[in-house]
Amino acid sequence: MMDNNWLEAALTQALTKPLTHWINLEQPLDFNNYIKAGGYMGAIKALKEFTPREVLTIVSDSGLKGRGGAGFPTGMKWSCVPALQKKLPLNQDTSTQESSYLICNADEMEPGTFKDRYLLEGVPHQLIEAMIIASYTISANKAYIFLRGEYVLAAKRLQQAIDQAYKNNWLGENIQGTDYQLDLYLHTSAGRYICGEETALINALEGKRAIPRAKPPFPQVSGLFGKPTVVNNVETLSNLPHILKHGSAWFKSLSPDSDAGTKLYAACGQVKNPGVWELPMGVTIRTLLYEYAGGMSDGMKLKGLLPGGASTDFLTEQHLDTPMDFDSISKAGSRLGTGGLIVLGDQHCPVAMVLNLLRFFAQESCGWCTPCRDGTPWVVEILTRIEQGKANHEDIAQLHELCDFMWLGKTHCALAPGAVEPLKSALHYFKEDFEQHIEQGCCPYDSSSSEGKEVSHDE
Amino acid sequence: MKSNDCSLEQTIPSIMVTDEKIDFRQYLSSAELTAIEQEVSIMATREAAGIEALKVVQQHRGWISDESLIAIAQCLHISSAQLEGVATFYNLIYRQKVGHYVIHLCDSISCHLTGYDEILEIIKQHLSIDYGQTTVDGQFTLLSNVCLGSCDKSPAMMINSTHYHSLTAESVIAILNGLSQNVEQAP
Ligand SMILES: Cc1cc2nc3c(=O)[nH]c(=O)nc-3n(C[C@H](O)[C@H](O)[C@H](O)COP(=O)(O)O)c2cc1C
Ligand code: SF4
Ligand code: FES
Repeated sequence: MMDNNWLEAALTQALTKPLTHWINLEQPLDFNNYIKAGGYMGAIKALKEFTPREVLTIVSDSGLKGRGGAGFPTGMKWSCVPALQKKLPLNQDTSTQESSYLICNADEMEPGTFKDRYLLEGVPHQLIEAMIIASYTISANKAYIFLRGEYVLAAKRLQQAIDQAYKNNWLGENIQGTDYQLDLYLHTSAGRYICGEETALINALEGKRAIPRAKPPFPQVSGLFGKPTVVNNVETLSNLPHILKHGSAWFKSLSPDSDAGTKLYAACGQVKNPGVWELPMGVTIRTLLYEYAGGMSDGMKLKGLLPGGASTDFLTEQHLDTPMDFDSISKAGSRLGTGGLIVLGDQHCPVAMVLNLLRFFAQESCGWCTPCRDGTPWVVEILTRIEQGKANHEDIAQLHELCDFMWLGKTHCALAPGAVEPLKSALHYFKEDFEQHIEQGCCPYDSSSSEGKEVSHDE
Repeated sequence: MKSNDCSLEQTIPSIMVTDEKIDFRQYLSSAELTAIEQEVSIMATREAAGIEALKVVQQHRGWISDESLIAIAQCLHISSAQLEGVATFYNLIYRQKVGHYVIHLCDSISCHLTGYDEILEIIKQHLSIDYGQTTVDGQFTLLSNVCLGSCDKSPAMMINSTHYHSLTAESVIAILNGLSQNVEQAP
């Protein structure tokens, strides 16, 4: 009896929390245990039952959207790869087409984002299985995991899993008796946020300075070493084994009223119980903040939050009932981004918070284009003076102007517009706080405001 | 600005390291060369193994000196200027000598919201160094780091390749003291 209950619970888990139900952070499943748990079933199905074009159709039908920040439909991204573009009959093999590359983006350096780490450290074989499926679909015989240098444990576990997969004929030549070949390599980076931008990432992998490339050409057409290349996020890819196993209708049914699938949501900052949770797409911010993250830290009220990492716009109390899916969060004026809340309480200075965020962007600007290279440090300079109570109202007008200079279409990549998002929304929602700093000539939050060290405390 | 006009002359060191003075086959150890060639073999071009090669040498020598940079560039058949462009781009490649332990303290947003400054002050006081500096005994270097991906357990830091999280005033001192004892006990 007990056994059945356990089994049922396990099956429900597998079907409702596909991404995380295998996660074990202490000791991830090794190859044998991953197989026992039903692993590599998605990959075997893809390789043995479907042509690449059929897999593409399944993934397109599933409605899977990219989890790396932009939410671009994965099927659509893949369909631009030349090998999948040729008008071949649906059942014809595409493996003889020009070879492409698959890159898994595991750079995860967006402040306040730590979801991919759980997947990388907790269930590395799931990612490898996913990469086999994706590589097969886009006709890639070489794939790379681009991992940030600081994720040392993830690197160790991934390399072990890759070695086990080679040993068991899941990587290398003639995978599982098919004529498909895939080599998978782990590249560890050396600490630079811009490497997460997909074209900068490609330059980094080629051993060049990691500056973003102009688009077009898009990487799907000309990417790594000039070959067709698909870059996908860790979480995006990790959905694939389950979509192959259970079908696209199942994937959509995980969240009937929202974007398809589940999402790794997270919360950090001034909340009682920070963490990561896999939930159906479209839970409300309120549910996430109060039920999962345990509400605000003791004695604090909500001042504002970034819904999806450092480069998203602030939302406030009035947005608590917004579902956390791509469209709803955009309608509320922000972006779902990576789905991790960064929560600010009412006793911490919002100007100090924005200053911290903008310092990050100024430091990590790659320096290629002027609006960002010069604009981000200029913003930092102004914000520092505001926080120290040494600014005037014209400085605020200047900030608005800088937001405009660094907006979409005016910079070479999306880093600078990403920096504008928290800044511009803070100027809107926390207008009074900015003005108080100027009028009072000091930070009204002083003790809790960390960056305001040099504020004079003359009473 | 006028007074700076001649500064260029002063900053050029009298003995410059030049490509001709170094032969990478002699400069790099066989262990380093083997590891670099291993990395080269999985990339489509030699140039693409740049970061890996820098990491290999850094692992053996602790940091990347001008001599090392030139030797690696020769080994990869690229100009040292190009490799310098890569090396200086990254936070985890050290172009200056660092201490035995390199503290990477996260200064990003979650850590900012949960008490990073107190931890920073404690480290600075305890070791009497600021960001970018190394203790006189060569034990510790202090650097900032962007978000370490431990935001749910902030404040966080990484020392060499070990991550520490949920830092408090007490725990951070205990960690530092524990590490300096290790160094003292080492032969
Ligand atoms: C400055 C910058 C940093 C980025 N960092 C990451 C990152 O660390 N991880 C990631 O998956 N995507 C990152 N992205 C988004 C990628 O460019 C790309 O859109 C994503 O990897 C695509 O994967 P997806 O379609 O699976 O979402 C970043 C984008 C920018 C502009
Ligand atoms: S926007 Fe910033 S990060 Fe992007 S290319 Fe321009 S300078 Fe580099
Ligand atoms: S902000 Fe410090 S670990 Fe993420």
